[in-house]
Amino acid sequence: MNAPTELAKVIASQPDATMGYKSFSLGSFKFARDEYFAHIRWTTRDGRPLSHTMDIGNFMRALMRDVAWGFFYGWVNFDHVIGTVNHYKSVDLYAGSFNGTMKEAGVDLLENFPTDQIRATFEQMLDDWTNEGFDPFAAPQETGTPYGRKRGHNRPAITRARELATRCVGLKGDLPLRTDERGAPVNRAFADVPQDHPELHPEPGFENEVHAFNLFAFLSRSQVTWNPSFTSVVKHSYMCPTTEEHILPIIHGNDRVEWFFQMCDEIHWDCADKNTGKPLARVIMKAGDMAAMPAYCRHQGYSPKRSMLLVWENGSPTLVYEIQKGEAPEVPVKF
Amino acid sequence: MAVAYQTKFGSLASYDKGRVEPITDDVRNYAFSNCFEIASKSRPYERVVFGQNQVYVMEVVRAEGTSPWFTCAHDEFALCMDGEVEVHLVKLDAQQQVPDAEHNGAVLVEGEPKGARMGWMKLRRGHQGMLPKNCAYQFRSARPAVLIVQTCKGRLSVEKWTEICQTK
Repeated sequence: MNAPTELAKVIASQPDATMGYKSFSLGSFKFARDEYFAHIRWTTRDGRPLSHTMDIGNFMRALMRDVAWGFFYGWVNFDHVIGTVNHYKSVDLYAGSFNGTMKEAGVDLLENFPTDQIRATFEQMLDDWTNEGFDPFAAPQETGTPYGRKRGHNRPAITRARELATRCVGLKGDLPLRTDERGAPVNRAFADVPQDHPELHPEPGFENEVHAFNLFAFLSRSQVTWNPSFTSVVKHSYMCPTTEEHILPIIHGNDRVEWFFQMCDEIHWDCADKNTGKPLARVIMKAGDMAAMPAYCRHQGYSPKRSMLLVWENGSPTLVYEIQKGEAPEVPVKF
Repeated sequence: MAVAYQTKFGSLASYDKGRVEPITDDVRNYAFSNCFEIASKSRPYERVVFGQNQVYVMEVVRAEGTSPWFTCAHDEFALCMDGEVEVHLVKLDAQQQVPDAEHNGAVLVEGEPKGARMGWMKLRRGHQGMLPKNCAYQFRSARPAVLIVQTCKGRLSVEKWTEICQTK
């Protein structure tokens, strides 16, 4: 954790006498967990109490991504009720604000927080609520249970640094290749993926410019699921491949267009309206398929087998404001 | 006992394309295509745009035979999705480099590339190679292969969305 995060004030209770977990407050929102569930409570704008319940495993997997990605791009919906919107210096936390029915009923609440404050609260909640043996970054078949009363912690699993290449994986001084020795063995579901290296024949002096690496082998050694990491960079164009298994733990509503390129196996995407959650389309992607996610939609993927997905992002910091002003299209190409 | 998994990759010879199943939206907004299908209908070394995000693109390249020499004012990357492709690199002398450092996309080198030979690499499926800025690069492939290129849209980028994308 960096200094500003540690200095940000976190409002936490003493551990519950029976369950052993702390409760947290952030603005008008209250968070508590028990053996099976996360409970979120808030007061509606006209003064009524309202609450929402999530399976604790689903909640922890969503919280893990939001923390690890630094609130990511745009909307990170934990489910159809709660989530965050990244404004890159501050973050909105909401309940019901992007649920058509709750919004219409006027029972939603959205509050804005300095990024350091919400990050510090989320980091401490993630730390307190993750038990020994449960890795919220792993697929359900690969890890222990999130359920039950507080026992231990899994700090190594929840504090993994995001892996970001600045030019290309494997270059001198850039993000290193993954190996057994670095604690990155081949995942069980990618045991058949070739681990060979590209043939490189540099002339003397050009060893760091005649460069290639085995991307599929690199991905076969990913220790986490649903975690886009940079492998190659062209200006603000980021190739962010990741390995996917089970369900994307959040429903992502981007503030910009992004693209998916399915590199092996398959993923099924649910696409819905970003503001209301109304269903728009299903996108079935198999090896070699490419699809855009328009900026007006939110999406959640289902991957029956661990698969390799290239998430392709335009990380231009001005893009979100161009979209807001109507200068950037929500659909990438018209034909 | 450990479960055995089979990882399914695609190829020019064998691919299974998915699709958009519309509910209330226009499928064209998802610009859905498949790189193997595109490459199976492309001319050798045609650079077909199958992903575009403002100035940035992803191109599908059918690698077959020997390509022209390309150069670019910024880095590009090539990911091999099928087959086997050699990439030969030359450190271009200043007069053959793209004069405008801000110029987007690949351009053809005029005449033979002049400069130091940097070496070459061989990419097979899953291998990603760097095409460093201001170098000349040439692809060579004895049999048809498929490359995905991460770059910016340039004068060599070919757009034919209605031919490659699901439209209904």
